[in-house]
Formats: sequence, C-alpha cells, structure tokens
Amino acid sequence: MSELSVNHLLGIKYITEEDIQLIFETADHFKEVIHRPIKKVPSLRDITIANLFFENSTRTRLSFELAQKRLSADIINFSAGSSSVKKGESLVDTVNNILSMKVDMVVMRHPNPGAGVFLSKHINASIINAGDGAHEHPTQALLDCYSIRERLGDVAGKKVVIVGDILHSRVALSNIFALQKLGATVKVCGPKTLMPRYIESLGVTFEPNLIKALNWCDVANMLRVQNERMDISYFPSTREYTQQFGLNKTILDNLDKEIIVMHPGPINRGVEITSDVADSKQAIILDQVQNGLAVRMAVLYLLASKIKRNDN
Amino acid sequence: MSQKTLLNATEIHVALHRLACQLIENHNDFSQTVLIGIQPRGGFLAKRLVSLLQNQYKIKEVQLGLLDITFYRDDFRRSEKPLEANKTAIDFVVEDKKVVFIDDVLYTGRSIRSALTAIGDFGRPTEIELLTLIDRRFSRHLPIQPDYRGRQVDAIDGEKVRVCWQEQEGEDAVYLIKE
Repeated sequence: MSELSVNHLLGIKYITEEDIQLIFETADHFKEVIHRPIKKVPSLRDITIANLFFENSTRTRLSFELAQKRLSADIINFSAGSSSVKKGESLVDTVNNILSMKVDMVVMRHPNPGAGVFLSKHINASIINAGDGAHEHPTQALLDCYSIRERLGDVAGKKVVIVGDILHSRVALSNIFALQKLGATVKVCGPKTLMPRYIESLGVTFEPNLIKALNWCDVANMLRVQNERMDISYFPSTREYTQQFGLNKTILDNLDKEIIVMHPGPINRGVEITSDVADSKQAIILDQVQNGLAVRMAVLYLLASKIKRNDN
Repeated sequence: MSQKTLLNATEIHVALHRLACQLIENHNDFSQTVLIGIQPRGGFLAKRLVSLLQNQYKIKEVQLGLLDITFYRDDFRRSEKPLEANKTAIDFVVEDKKVVFIDDVLYTGRSIRSALTAIGDFGRPTEIELLTLIDRRFSRHLPIQPDYRGRQVDAIDGEKVRVCWQEQEGEDAVYLIKE
C-alpha cells in the first residue's frame, strides 16, 4: 500500500493503522531531506495551501508553514484576529472565499470540535485538522507516536501513560486513538475532575496515582494544564496540582526503570514538569518538534498526491 | 507476454569488468570521485561495481551513496500509480567532487533529469557523469546520454527491459519483455 485511504486528515479516528505506517515511512524519508544542505524538495510546487488559524498557535503553525515551504508549496496565512470573521462571516463563506482563489489544501485550527469534519462536507479541498477544540489534533499524535517509534523501535506493545488535563485535551484523544491503532496500551492519570466521564469506554484505564502510573509505563506524555480552557476550578491550586501530578527529577530517578518523557508544548515549567526533567536526557521534547516537521511534510505530501490535477 | 534474453550472466560479468576499467581510466584512485546509485534499481549495479573496483582492481576506497529521486520527479500527481519513495543515503560531501550516477537502464532520461536536480541539494559537484548497464536507444525524451554504457539496445515503447541481479532476483540476467 502506498496511498492514504482518506482525502483529508480530520482525525486519527478516521484513518487506519496502514495509513499511519505509510505516514511514518514517508516521514523517514523527509527526515533525511531536512538534514541536507538544501532542505527543500520541489514536489508540491503546483499546490497552494491556506493556513486558517481561528485559534492561537505558535509551534503547530510554524511547523506546518515550514513543512509547506520545504515541499515548495505556495501558502497563504490567515488568522481570525485580523479577519472578517470578526465582522460576522460564517466559516463556510470565509473558506469558500479563500478557495475561490484556487487553493488546493486547507490546514485549519478552530476552537469548535468537528469544525474540520463540517468543512469537509461543504468545500472541495483537502483539509488537515490542526486542532479542533477539545476533539482531535491528529498531526500531534502522529509526531508523538513517530517519536516513540524512533526512540524505542516500535510503538506496538509499549505502555504509555498520558498525564494531566485529559478533559480539555485534543492531544490526549488523538494520542489514545493513534497509540491503540499501533498496538500500545494506554493509561491516563490526573485529577479525577479533569477526566472525561466515559474515558474507560475508549479502552484506556484511569490511574489516580502518578508514581504507580510512571512505574508501569515505558513512556510518559505530560500534558499542559490548559488554564485558558477551564471555565471553572478543576483543582484547588496549581501548587496542589504540581504536588500530586507534577514530574520532577527525584521522582524520575527513583523509578524502577528509565522511562521516556514527552510533552506536546508549550511547557509550564515547574507545573507539569520541572526544568531539570524537561532538559534531561530522558525528555524527547525537542525531538518531537523536529519530528513534527517531517511528519507534517509526509501528511502534506501524501494528501497532495491524491488531489486531482486540473490542466485546464 | 514473451521474453528474450539480452545479456546472460557471463555477458553481464564481462560488461561490469569493462565498465569498472573505464571508470578507473577516468577517475584513477577515486579520491576525488563519488559514485551515486539511483534508487531503487541503480544501487545493485553500483554495489557490484564498487566490489569489483575494490576487490579485483585494488582501489582502496570508493565512496558510494544512494539517491532517491521520488520527490523530484516530474510526474507527481500525473501517474495512475502513487509514487513510492526509497531511502537516500549520502553520508559524504559532494561539493567539488566528481559524481558518477549509476542506473541499470537509461530509457526516457527523466529519472536522470530528476537526479541532476536532487544532487544539487547536496552541494555543487565539479562534474557529473552517467553510467548505465542498458542504454535504450531512440527512446529519450530529454537530451541526456550516458558516458559509460554496458550495452545499447533497441526496444520499442511497449517493451520493457528488466535487469535481474543475483542478490535480488537470484540470477544475473537482462531480459527484453514484450507485453
């Protein structure tokens, strides 16, 4: 198999294990490309991509933009803050206006869950979901699993614990889907108030004790506490959260085995992980960022190869 | 479908020795030359030549790289079959070196056109040459010709030239296949 089963990347839920493996194999090649003296290939030079960010983003947006440039695509950027969305234009109208300028692909981040799925039913362009509310963030999950595969050889059979705010996290949901499709076992850990009520129906187990969870796992993915999404208080104080669920060097050094520490960024240093953990050899946080570029290049390349050519 | 043998194992053996000798004539001890096998099929031929140069002709060191041209091809989104990428492995500097591209069959010349663009991303070689085992005459789409050729063959568009290697297909042979 050398073609994706989908025309859009809306979520990990909608793709197969074979799709993920194909993305990884393609990303391996792009990882080599981004280490060349000239880090650019001409594949997507007749493709135009719109980056529509209806919500703030730094690394995802930079990573997508760089991936697109490394593939020689033409890009236009759009952020909600400075657009007609403020004037009351609907999502479909906004996007159709942009597409009438002959855009082939859309990378979209939106605060509403399902925005990408909705848009895919109304417009004729390939869509990549760069995060939709608390729903999915597929490229983040792909780069997380790719980083695990790179460090441990394979994702299958590995034990991964996702720690923190599962309730508000699109990274957690996409990671659970991706890890399970690739054959890993997943536990979640964090304050009970930040666990979705039916989380166990996804086939993951809940472990309230951080030390127990860490002693069980091969990989710990420490999520950021998303203060901006919390409309009420989910735990008494940040200090208390850190005491119960923060990862520091003492905890890490006292574990039975050496585990890998991941973080999707941006880090609240001293909250979910301390600086000495974030900068330790066991943390692969910067590898994740570099792999993100290769994985996004792979996703863009594979989806673009499915766009029909229009020679007229 | 019928197939005709263009080269048998002995003929391939003779051609490889001749090609190795021609390379030595132009590149001496290979200190300023690197060989680049064009993926996916050029690597087999390149490895054979390197082994001959080192074992039979006692060249101390021959640098060999593999170049995949998938992301540089001019038929992206044009061909029915999706393009599959292969590994690129060039762990030396090509800047100011003489580069010899090595591929099993030269047909339209489009792969070599892509390879010329691709190698530029690794540096600026002083010169680039092309070595091919089979040169399909009269079928070029671009003004590209080999500097070293094993055998020139005339094949029409519907026909296919297939090069088999002992280490991959279990025999050394070149076939002309008619659909």
